Order: sequence, then structure tokens, then C-alpha cells
Amino acid sequence: MRDASTISLTIDSRPTMVPQGTTLLDAARSLRIAIPTLCQVPSLPAQPGCRVCLVQVAQDGAVHLRTACSTPVTEGMEVLTEAEEAVNARTFVLEMLLADHPVDCLPEERGGRCELHALAKRHHLFSGSRFARQRAPFPIDDSHPLIRMDLNRCILCRRCVRACGEIQGHHVLGIAERGDRSVVIADDGKPLGESTCVSCGECVAYCPTGALAEKGPAWNEEVGAHQAITTICPYCGCGCQLDLHVKDGQVVTVGSNFDGPANRGSLCAKGRFGFQFIHSPDRLTMPLILEGSGFREATWEEALDLVAAGLREIAARHGADAIGVAASAKATNEENYLLQKLARAVLGTNNVDHCARLCHAPTGTALLSAFGSPAGTNSFADLEEAEALLVVGSNTTEQHPIAALPMKRLVARGVPLIVIDPRRIELARLATVHLAIRPGTDLAVLNGMAHVILEEGLWDRTFVQDRTEGFEAMQETARRYPPEVAASIAGIDPELLRRAARLYATRRPASIYYTMGVTQHTSGHQTVLALANLALLTGNLGKPGAGINPLRGQNNVQGACDMGALPDALPGYQSLDDPNVRERFESVWGRPVPKRPGLALTQILGRERQGAIRGLYLVGENALLAEPDMTETEAVLRSLDLLVVQDLFLTETARLAHVVLPAASFAEKDGTFTNTERRVQRIRKAVEPPGQAMADWQIVCALSRRLGTPMMYGHPGEIMAEIARLVPIYGGISYDRLESVSLQWPCPHRDHPGTPVLYANRFPRGRGRFHPVEWLPPDEVPDSDFPFVLTTGRTLFQYHTGTMSRRSDGLHLLEPEPYIEVNPIDADRLGAREGQKVAVVTRRGQIVAKTRVEAGTPPGVIFTTFHFSEAPANRLTNPALDPVALIPEFKVCAARLEPLNG
Amino acid sequence: MSEKVLTKRFEISGYRGTIEEYLATGGYQAIPRALKEYSPESLIDLVRRSGLRGRGGAGFPTGVKWGFVPKDPTLTKYLVCNADESEPGTFKDRDLITRDPHQLLEGIILASYAIGCRTAYIYLRGEFVAGAVIMEQAIQDAAAHGFLGNNILGSGFNLKVHLHRGAGAYICGEETALLESLEGKRGLPRLKPPFPASAGLYRLPTVVNNVETLCNLPHIVLRGAEWFSSIGSPKSTGNRIFSVSGHVRRPGNYELPMDVPMRELIFQHAGGMRGDRRLKAVIPGGSSVPVLTEQHLDTRMDFESLAKAGSMAGSGGVMVMDDSTCMVRAGEIVARFYHHESCGQCTQCREGTAWLHKTLRRIEAGRGRKVDMDLLMDICDNMKGKTICPLSDAAAMPIESYLKYFGDEFEQHIVERACPFGSGGGS
Repeated sequence: MRDASTISLTIDSRPTMVPQGTTLLDAARSLRIAIPTLCQVPSLPAQPGCRVCLVQVAQDGAVHLRTACSTPVTEGMEVLTEAEEAVNARTFVLEMLLADHPVDCLPEERGGRCELHALAKRHHLFSGSRFARQRAPFPIDDSHPLIRMDLNRCILCRRCVRACGEIQGHHVLGIAERGDRSVVIADDGKPLGESTCVSCGECVAYCPTGALAEKGPAWNEEVGAHQAITTICPYCGCGCQLDLHVKDGQVVTVGSNFDGPANRGSLCAKGRFGFQFIHSPDRLTMPLILEGSGFREATWEEALDLVAAGLREIAARHGADAIGVAASAKATNEENYLLQKLARAVLGTNNVDHCARLCHAPTGTALLSAFGSPAGTNSFADLEEAEALLVVGSNTTEQHPIAALPMKRLVARGVPLIVIDPRRIELARLATVHLAIRPGTDLAVLNGMAHVILEEGLWDRTFVQDRTEGFEAMQETARRYPPEVAASIAGIDPELLRRAARLYATRRPASIYYTMGVTQHTSGHQTVLALANLALLTGNLGKPGAGINPLRGQNNVQGACDMGALPDALPGYQSLDDPNVRERFESVWGRPVPKRPGLALTQILGRERQGAIRGLYLVGENALLAEPDMTETEAVLRSLDLLVVQDLFLTETARLAHVVLPAASFAEKDGTFTNTERRVQRIRKAVEPPGQAMADWQIVCALSRRLGTPMMYGHPGEIMAEIARLVPIYGGISYDRLESVSLQWPCPHRDHPGTPVLYANRFPRGRGRFHPVEWLPPDEVPDSDFPFVLTTGRTLFQYHTGTMSRRSDGLHLLEPEPYIEVNPIDADRLGAREGQKVAVVTRRGQIVAKTRVEAGTPPGVIFTTFHFSEAPANRLTNPALDPVALIPEFKVCAARLEPLNG
Repeated sequence: MSEKVLTKRFEISGYRGTIEEYLATGGYQAIPRALKEYSPESLIDLVRRSGLRGRGGAGFPTGVKWGFVPKDPTLTKYLVCNADESEPGTFKDRDLITRDPHQLLEGIILASYAIGCRTAYIYLRGEFVAGAVIMEQAIQDAAAHGFLGNNILGSGFNLKVHLHRGAGAYICGEETALLESLEGKRGLPRLKPPFPASAGLYRLPTVVNNVETLCNLPHIVLRGAEWFSSIGSPKSTGNRIFSVSGHVRRPGNYELPMDVPMRELIFQHAGGMRGDRRLKAVIPGGSSVPVLTEQHLDTRMDFESLAKAGSMAGSGGVMVMDDSTCMVRAGEIVARFYHHESCGQCTQCREGTAWLHKTLRRIEAGRGRKVDMDLLMDICDNMKGKTICPLSDAAAMPIESYLKYFGDEFEQHIVERACPFGSGGGS
């Protein structure tokens, strides 16, 4: 059907109809006519500087040359892309550019990616330019550990500048000088390695000539043809699609994939440069068995027989509930499904959990209580529609850099940003209002905001009336948190709190994003409920640009939860108590499903219940470094009768195991990951696993055979088919569909397009529920012996316990060693200089690292990361648990600082 | 002798352009008149009927430009006075700013009233240090007298005027680059459309008017559209200030009706050729326009007549050259300027300006090759009409015209391997 918004035109005499607003370039592309471009960045408005895409446009008797990238189609246009005048103009431009372009850049067929080279070839321009080189050669800037800057190749298309500024929001790259003296610079002309570059490599992805290129072979040597395999990043939960470029069985580089629905080609330093761990010489290649004081290599048969025998013996002696299975947020959905099936259907216990316990357990428990479903409500794409943004306890630009991109774009267009975080993080610097609260006081502040919204009548009466329950009780509690009270608990200005509340409540839609700063507290569950209260109160649910969105820390932590790697829920958050549900699982599995909820990971590894678990099968989890109070964790792990660790590396935890099983990495297997937006995406095998390493799903299948209940699958796609049968929210998901699209659950049937925004019409539990929530101080507060609050987190260039990121050279170079952030006032008082070693002591232990004097960390607070085994933050942390979500309070414990000499 | 309007006060002995002097000579009378007698719409109509065209170079009808501004009262609108006068050979705005700043301010106030602007900016060429001091004082004095600020003359009309000094880039005289620069960014011309009238400063409706254009407004308000349109030719109405420079006896600014013949301008007002040498070439509208020769002396200086003669009225900078001038050298100097000033955004302009300069330099230095004339023509051809802004055209068109009228001279340089005028110093 033809309507007013459709334009008809001809391109190279071929008639076509395209929607109004389409550019000539895209209209031509839809006819598979490739108009050359050099400066175009598809996701940004055209700034047609290169002038290569000039085409001839005839309309109403007039003939003009127009840049195809910037010219919208109009009715009746006749476009000739190869008209003589257009080709001449284009050739002239190329000739000019080639004059200064070195001939050492590599053409495509030799593995190079130089777009200018390719265009020159197309226009038969290698007989030589009429113009001689006129620029003096630039020295190559090799100062950055990952990116090489060779301005001799630069054609000043400015794609790097736009990628850095307009896409990634860093604004590090710019142009200095003007005219033919124009030159790309970092900051005010610093060497790239000394600039404020955050190494996201977006410039590298957009550079058409390799002037900015990753170090290594891709641009600089003849590497021949690569094969590009599209898969998903294995680091955080953003779910960025990327291409692994493979040559001779090795991943040689990571390329942007601009079709990625979550990231549209953007990556952060970890995604783009953190892949070398795949081919690390440290990879486990054989099963290992503890013998005497050391490991010896073993065959799979021997190792699996030993594991099976050990587990059987424990079950026989202590019962099935003496066995625990730790699944993995790094493994695929299919593998997590099999791990919980192994626990429930093969071993007969619900003692299965995974590291979501340490990050978003309160998200699960609280959002389930409030809405009936435990996941984030919205998508990155619709965040762009928000009119206000509230970010709580999330250092988004460092932990979820790609989720931070739409946030920074909102700020750039003037949308108010409210940040609640003790530290003056990058987002806080961009914020309209930054509430720099004392750690552990978020709940009081959120209640205070509810108070203001209620008192000033800024709430959405219709929404509250039509779609919620429990309002009165919540109101009652919120009344006890007037801004002055809440602000004094949090140590902030009550006026700022009022402003934050008003901005959030009056600009609609408004979106909430949060992470560990909210959840990793003994009050984590309650604090997430307080966020849900705010969203319910303002009707910010069920629409684009609104919602409440936990950012997931691991690539597949959402999926591991979805797959039922939880002690109290079957896959798809289905109730262990529901007889109908149990019956369906039992009929498919052919085995009874144990009824009693199992133990959480923190209970399995906590001192309180030590002895309850005798055997632990730990998959893809470096528990020793990741769990709170390392001393306690180590004691528990050492006390087990059988510890089986399945991992890529001999991690600190694996060193304590009786049997170590070598697993395949994400690059070596097929499967699916589910990102923080509930987006199920395919990962694809790019290379073979090293030695005898196998995919987790294959290992679990092999183990199940030895345990007498064989699970037989030929391919992860078959496992997904079983998941779709049993898990309604995954009901419509299949590998066939995932080949071409990603799907956001709930996706109940094969024709369902997935659900980008939850709760448009109703909540799974019917009405959204308000909860009255009271603030309680953290479990351990500073005193005269331990006067500081220690808070822990991550840094941009490292990841979790460092098993992957520290084995990726580039990332390691960017952040090689542990550090303790101390406010300048405290540093001065204690006499700790920048770089000086300092001991951090808590009631549980001490670590030593270098001082980093950081004004963004408030006085009285110290910060460190948990990436470094040589200064393990979790030797210090408090294992006190949230009573509902069973998450430890990583974010607050009392500490003291002791500067050391040297 | 025609009547001087814009520069009338320049002739008053001792006139320094203070607000007292301006008021004493009939200044600021157009404001009460406009506020009282004209609605914004009828003021736009008045200016449209006067036929006033922009004096910055493009000659777009001012009233029509104003009419493009959306009438939506909730939209913020801006007026920007383009005082970044940088076109080689043009120095009229500098005089208007330094010698009668309140005339300009009065024009700004009138234009702002017409388009519904509450905040206006003067983007002043950075090198105009004296102009900045004078203009700042004038803004303060006008505010003190109630011509700026809130509730101007009790009318309810509010206006603030800010002075912004440029940082020395010719391209910032191009209106969209000017707006980028005013926003604090690199001065790169924007893609049009959207035009500033719909999305200008901070993407809001904006009118950018030249200094001289704005200075005409008080006179049009006081004396009427018919008076104004009776001066000049039917399509090029009013007076214009011609900046005459070069080999004439009396270089300087001359305010004359738009349709004054070139011969009269040069030989009568500017005193004729220095040393009675023969006139060789005239650049009639600033360095960006094609050159004319003796044969064009009877051309009138209005927009249409100069276009018909193959050149443009441009910014009114008239550069006169006598027969001692080497046209290769002249071209080289013009090319050097555009090479220096290209913003670098578009390939043709960034590289082409450099290559024009380089090629002209080698011809002038006696190192030219036979192919260089074709090369120059080809570069010029590829620079015209193919870029985001007209700087590329402005660099190419003059060189093309030098080749057209003085091709022999270029050839002579190449054949003789030297400048026949002995001026091949290079630059």
C-alpha cells in the first residue's frame, strides 16, 4: 500500500519506493546499489565532509550533485549514482586523498581493511595521483598500550572524532588546526597513551584506513583472510554483540558488529581488547586430580569416574542434600539449565545456586514481590525516550560502559540525571543532582524521595489506583522520612533530596537504573523494594523510557537465574511448591523433583552451616576471591570431602579442589546468553577448545551418564528446545529464530516477537505491590578502632576476580595492580602519599596495596576493587547477609588504614 | 551628489558616536516609533517592502529572511549580528561599529522586536579590539538609557544584547560556522537545510544579519519603505558602503546608491588611478568574487548588474589593480588566504585550496609546468558547488576568472620560467 509517507524515485533508472526521511544512500542500499562513502557514521546525523558520496540528482528539470548520505529522498527524484559528473567529482576527491595516503596500507584481499584503498581500486586510481605528497610525515604515536595512531594514513574523515564524542561520549579525540593542516589529536595534543582515552576502541572500529588501529596484526601485517564469527561479549551483562576474527584457529582481533541490538557496534575496553585469555597458555587442557600435595593430569574417564564415585558416596552417607552445585553466570543458558537439572533430577537436591547471590539476589526477591517477575523492565534502546533518569549505586560508565552510552546521550540533550552514589563517579560529574550519600543509607534517601513526592502531590493517582495495592502502608512508612530526617541519615542537603524527588517525579517517563550499590547490603532486598515503590508511585512502569532496571554484572547472570540455577525456584521462576509445575518437570525429566528449597551459595560457603554440604561441584566461579570473608570461605572449601572445580584456569579456588575439570570458553562453544534487558542471544563457536577441554554442557552430560541418569543432547539447540517446552517465558525461543534475531523474554510462543517493555497492561502478580520499608544501618559501622567505611567495586579495565581480564595483556597493562582509593583529606591526615603502600585492616583480615588519592571518594570512605588476588578485597569484607536475599554486605564494613613505609 | 544615510554622522566634526551625540543627532527615535506604530508583523512587512537585501555578501532579502522565523511565541528566538567582517578588501562594518555603534544597536533592537527575539548576540571579529571596547560601552549606555533590558520604553519588550568576540577564523563569518563558534564549538559550517531561521543557535530559530544591513533599519523605520526603495535599482535598493582599496588615489569607504556605476565609484569618488596608470583589474565584491576588467567599467554595482557581468556584488569590497600588477601573484595571494582559512571539513576545499596555492606559487616562482593551467582549471572546477559551504567556491571562482582574463600572463610565466613583473617572491 502506498501512503503519503512513501516516496517514489528512481535510482540508476530503477524505480523504488522508500519511506519519507530515507537518505539517498539508504534508498540506494535497499536496491543493492553501493554508493561509496568515507565519512558516514550510520547511527549519527550526516556531516558530509568527505564528499565521496556525491551523486547526480535530477528533479523538476534541475540537475545537481548531492551528497547521498545527507540528502533525503523527495518525490520524483531521478538519481544517477554513476553519472559522469558525479564520478568525476568523486574521483577528484579520491585523487586528492590518495596524494597523502601511504602505499603501505593494505588492500582487502591481503587482510587489510583500508576503505580508501578499496575505493581507489574501484575508480582505477592506482596509475598515480596528479598530486604529490604535501604533508610532512607524522611520527607514529605508539604510546597507547592497545591502539596505534598512524596519522600518515588519516584522511580526516572525522569518524573517529564522532565515534569518540557523539557515540561514546568521551570527547577525547578532536581536530586541531584547520584546512590541510587539520590533525586528529587526543585531548589538547597529548600522546594517546597519556590522554584521557578510556580505550574503548570505538575510534578503531570506525577508522576507514587504519590510522587508528588495534596493535597487533590486523592492520599492520599481511594476515590474509579472516573469518568473522558473530557472538556475544563474555564480560558484563550488557550483551554486546561482536565479531571474533579468526585466522588459523586463533582469535586475532575483535571487531564491531553494528547489527548488535544492545550495543549497535559499540564496545568497551574489555569487549574489544579483553579476548587474549582465550588463547592464554594458562588454559587448562587436561583434567587434574589432586594427588598428595599436587595435581596430576588425568583422563576424562578417570576424573569423571572419581567425581561420580565421590558424589555417590556423599549422597549415600549424608543424603543428597549434602551435595551442592554452583552453576555459573558465565556459562550459557543451556549449561545452567543442565546444571540445575543435574542437581535436581540426577543428584536429587535443590542445593543449586550461582553468583547472582552475590550481585542481584535482592533484585530477584524484591521485584518478584513487587511485580511478580524478577527482571529489569525496559531496554537500552527505549532509555533514549526517558525525560529523567535516576541512577542509584551504579558506576555505569566503568561497570556497564555500553549501558552508559544512552545515559550520556540523554544528558547531552539536557535530560536531568539524578545520581545517588557515595563516590563522585563520572556519571555524578554529569548529573543534574548528585546525592553523595553515606554508604548504606540509600533506603532512607529513597523513602525521603517518596515522602516529598507524596507531600507535594507529585504522584500518579490514576496509576496507583488502577494498578497497585498496598499504598497506605507504604505511605505510612514514607511519612516517617521527611527530607530533613532522610538527609541527615545520608549526610546530604535536604534541598538536594527534594530536587531529586521533584525531577524524578515530574519528568515523565523517568527511568531507574541501579546495581550493586543498592543490592550488596544487608538491606538490599528492602532497598530494591524502595525503588519499586518510587516507580509504582509515579506510574513509571509499562512504558518506554520508564521502568526499573538492574544492570546485570555478568554476561549471563540473567540467564542463569532464568534457567533456575536458584535453590528456591525451578526454571523460569516457577514455584517448587506448585504441583502442576512439578508434574510437568517430572514428566519431561523422568525423575522426581525435590521439594525442599536448597541452600544459597552464601549459605553453602558460610561458616554458619559449615558441614551441611560435604561435596561441592563448582562451575565457572572463583568463589575464594568472590565470596565475602575469604578466610572463612577458604576454611569451608578446605573442609569439604569433595570439591570439584570446572573452569578455564587453575583459579585460586581450583587450587583447593580435589578434581579440576577443563572447560571450554565462550569462544569455543555454541549456546545462548541472556543479557540485562532479558535479551536472549546466540553465542557461536569460533575456535576449538585447547587440549581436551570441553564445553560445560558436554561435561555435565558425561557426568550424568556416570551418575546413572544420562542426559543426552547432540547440540545446545536441543537443550533449548527442552527449555522452551518447560519454561513459558522462553516458550517461543528456538535456535532457528535466534539465527537472525534476538528475543526478549517473555516470548511465550513461536510467533511472539518478544517483550522489550514489561508490564504494559498488567503485572504478572496482578497489581503492583507497594511495600513499607524501614531503613536500618549497615551490619558493621565505623567505630574508634575501625573508623573508615570500606566499600568495594570494580574498575573499568579489570573484571571480577581477574581470571579473564588479567590474562588479557592489553587490559592488564591499563590497570595492572591493586589500589586503595583514599580522599585527599584522609590521606593527608594519615600521611599517606599517592603510590605509597597502605594496609587496610578490618575485623576479618588485612590487605596491602598502593594508595590512590582520589577526591571523588568522600572523606571517611575508602574504596578498593576485588580483582586482585595479591590484595583480595574479600579478605576484608563482612559476610553478614540480607535476611531475605541472602546477599552479603560487600558495600560496607568498618576498616582502618595503616600507611606503610616504602 | 547622493545623500549619505549610514555614514551621515561620520561627517559631523568631532562626532565620536557616544549615546549623547547619537541622541542629539536624532538617534534612537526609530525605537519608540516602531514600538508604537508597528506590530512585529508589520515591521517585517515594512522591511520586506523596502527591498533591503543583506549586505554581508549573499544579498538575501532581509524581510523575507525574517519571515521564515516561526511565529510560535513559546519558542526562543535569537538575533545574531554578524560583525565578523573578514572578507579581504572589506572594511565597512569596522567603521560602522567604531564610529556609530548606537546606529547598529538601534538596528539590532528593531530586528529583535520584529522577530520576537529576547536575547541578541553580536559576533565581533576578534581583531576588532577597539570595536569591542566601543561596543561594550555602547551596550551599557543603551541599557542605562532604557533602550535595552526589560520593558524597553514601557512597551513590555525585553532585550539583552551580548557581545562575543571571535577568535580569528575567516570561516566564522559564514553564518552556520559562526553559530557553531558562538555555541563554543569549532567553527565548522553546518549542513543546510535546516537553515538558521528554523534551527540556528542552539538549534532554535535564529536570524543572522550583517552589521550594515542592521544599520539600515532605523532609517527605514523613520523614513519609510518607499523612500528606501526609491534609492538604487528596483531589485537592489538603498545605499551601500563600498570599501575601495588598491591602486586608487583615495582608498576608503564610500556610501553610494547600490546602482552606482563602477567607473563613477573608482574615478570620481575614489579619485581615479594612482599615478594615472591604466586600470587592469577590479575585484568588485571582496576577494571571493570573480575579477572584472577595464571593459566592465560601466557596469553598475548592484547585485543584478554585477552578476550579469560575470561577477558578484559580494561584500562591497572593491579592489582595484593597475597595470603594474602581476595577476599570477594576485591569484597566489588570494589562494594563500583561502588555503589558510579553509576549515578542513570538505575534502575538495581542504585539499583543493592547498593545491591552488601551491600550484600558483610555483607558476609565479617560474617553476610552472605546461599542464599547470589545466590542472588549476580542473581543481577549480572540482571545488565549485560540491561542498558544504561556499568557501570552496570563493577560493575557486577568482582563480578561474584570473585564468579567463589573464591566461596569457600565466602562460608567459610558464614559458619564460619567471614572473615578467619580477615579483616572483613566493608567499
